[in-house]
Amino acid sequence: MTVTVKQIVRVKSTHKERLYFPSILSGMAITIRHFFQALGGRRVTMEYPEERWEVKDNYRGAPVLVKDDEGRPKCVACSLCEYVCPPKAIYIVPGELEGGNTVERGPEVFNINMLRCIFCGLCEEACPEEAIFMSKEFELWGEKRSELVHDKETLYALGGVRPDPIKKWSHK
Amino acid sequence: MSPLTTLSVPVLAGMPASPGFLDVVLKIVQVLVVEHAIVILGALLVWGERRVAALIQDRVGPNRVGPAGLLQPIADLLKFIFKEDVIPGHVNKVMYVLAPGIILVPALTTFAVIPFGPGISLADVNVGILFILAIASLGVYGITLGGWASNSKYALLGGVRSSAQMISYEVVLGISAVGVLLTVGSLHLNEIVQWQASHGWFLWHQPLAFLLFLTASYAETNRLPFDLPEAETELVAGYHTEYSSMKFALFFLAEYINMIVSSSLVTTMFLGGWSLFGLERLGWVVGILIFVAKTLVLLFVYLWIRWTLPRFRYDQLMNICWKWFFPLALGNVLLTAAGEAFRVPFLTAWVLPVLLLATGWLAARISWQRDPGTPALATVPAGEAR
Repeated sequence: MTVTVKQIVRVKSTHKERLYFPSILSGMAITIRHFFQALGGRRVTMEYPEERWEVKDNYRGAPVLVKDDEGRPKCVACSLCEYVCPPKAIYIVPGELEGGNTVERGPEVFNINMLRCIFCGLCEEACPEEAIFMSKEFELWGEKRSELVHDKETLYALGGVRPDPIKKWSHK
Repeated sequence: MSPLTTLSVPVLAGMPASPGFLDVVLKIVQVLVVEHAIVILGALLVWGERRVAALIQDRVGPNRVGPAGLLQPIADLLKFIFKEDVIPGHVNKVMYVLAPGIILVPALTTFAVIPFGPGISLADVNVGILFILAIASLGVYGITLGGWASNSKYALLGGVRSSAQMISYEVVLGISAVGVLLTVGSLHLNEIVQWQASHGWFLWHQPLAFLLFLTASYAETNRLPFDLPEAETELVAGYHTEYSSMKFALFFLAEYINMIVSSSLVTTMFLGGWSLFGLERLGWVVGILIFVAKTLVLLFVYLWIRWTLPRFRYDQLMNICWKWFFPLALGNVLLTAAGEAFRVPFLTAWVLPVLLLATGWLAARISWQRDPGTPALATVPAGEAR
């Protein structure tokens, strides 16, 4: 076995550097410049609860369910998202929708356990009805574990209405 | 003596020859007021340090508790009080409990002799500077005992480092002060300020001594770049590794009070204390305000230095002290003494700094001419180097 030895070139300090004081003063000039710049408002941090990020459109926040222009739930409880969900965060019980709706099926129970969700976005990709989306919501908190299991009402409330030009269910 | 005259300012300076009951009570009140002010200022300085550090690093710092975060020290204090006061099983209990007190008391005591207004100090001691040097050096016992009693490696290393460092730098601190004392001819701090009020600041008369004294006081207070005793990256937290809750808070507070005391000492010795272009004649309140303002500026320099310079290595620390500062301080004393003897004090005080600057400049010139460029970095094109 051959041993390779890497010769490290040690850089010798110049006399100016070894005098310390010029370097100390130039360092202090840098820090005081940053001090006054920050005092004038040029900062890298953000006052979080008051100031917020502008979340990008392709951000993957909490998955939510949406309704169409006419206020109909779009989900037909096909359970594809439940099937595709890698951490098995989604739980669906299909059922009939009441109220003379042309949409025949809908979820009776639709729970997403946010403690399990890994924000992969596969549910959004799998959905044939474009009913589930990854929202921009990133502030998820709760005082109990049960609060972090989003049920159907929470999911629709978070999702709101997403206009869709096709209006599939109006023609059936 | 009537209560009215007792209340007048000069009495603040010292006790009358035969103190009455009222004088004693007044003195105690003065002491309580001033020392509490120091402790509160020390707590505020923690907030100040965090704000300055944040601003230097382009952050904001604690700004939530109270206006601009000014009540942060109270929140911190509450946290410290309600924390569990852990005494590890392996410590020497007596020393372990004593150490925070031993470090805090000298820190508070030293301020007693500093004239923070025209002729106003808690104790009018005519060997003020000696008193400060003597008491301040007791602080090292607190650190060393804390480190030793903790019975753990990091704490002990911190304590040992601190004793070596503080003893070394105390020599420089004392000797660089001698230049000032030789010129004034008195150890009385108030007389030193009065001399400066009529002759100009010692910053101009003793520039080298000022630099040495300031640097040594940084080392004495264990501040960066000399914070070897508590070097976080090497010793976890140094001598107070094993401390928690209020005991830790006392160590912390003592460090900041030491900062206040040493910057007020530098103000007194080199920056004209309570005097500023004769403004102090407007009244003793103005004098105190001038003193506080100067001290605050120096405290800002403390913070500024801390967030600029990295820590010295231990051998560098000792090298600087014994190979540079100590001979320079001795040379300064020698030249000042010669200047006093031959009546050219101002000239001689500047000989050493000017000589140093000249040799430094010459050395730099020569090394730049001969420097073939740094080989390791020279291969990297200038534009891509960073």
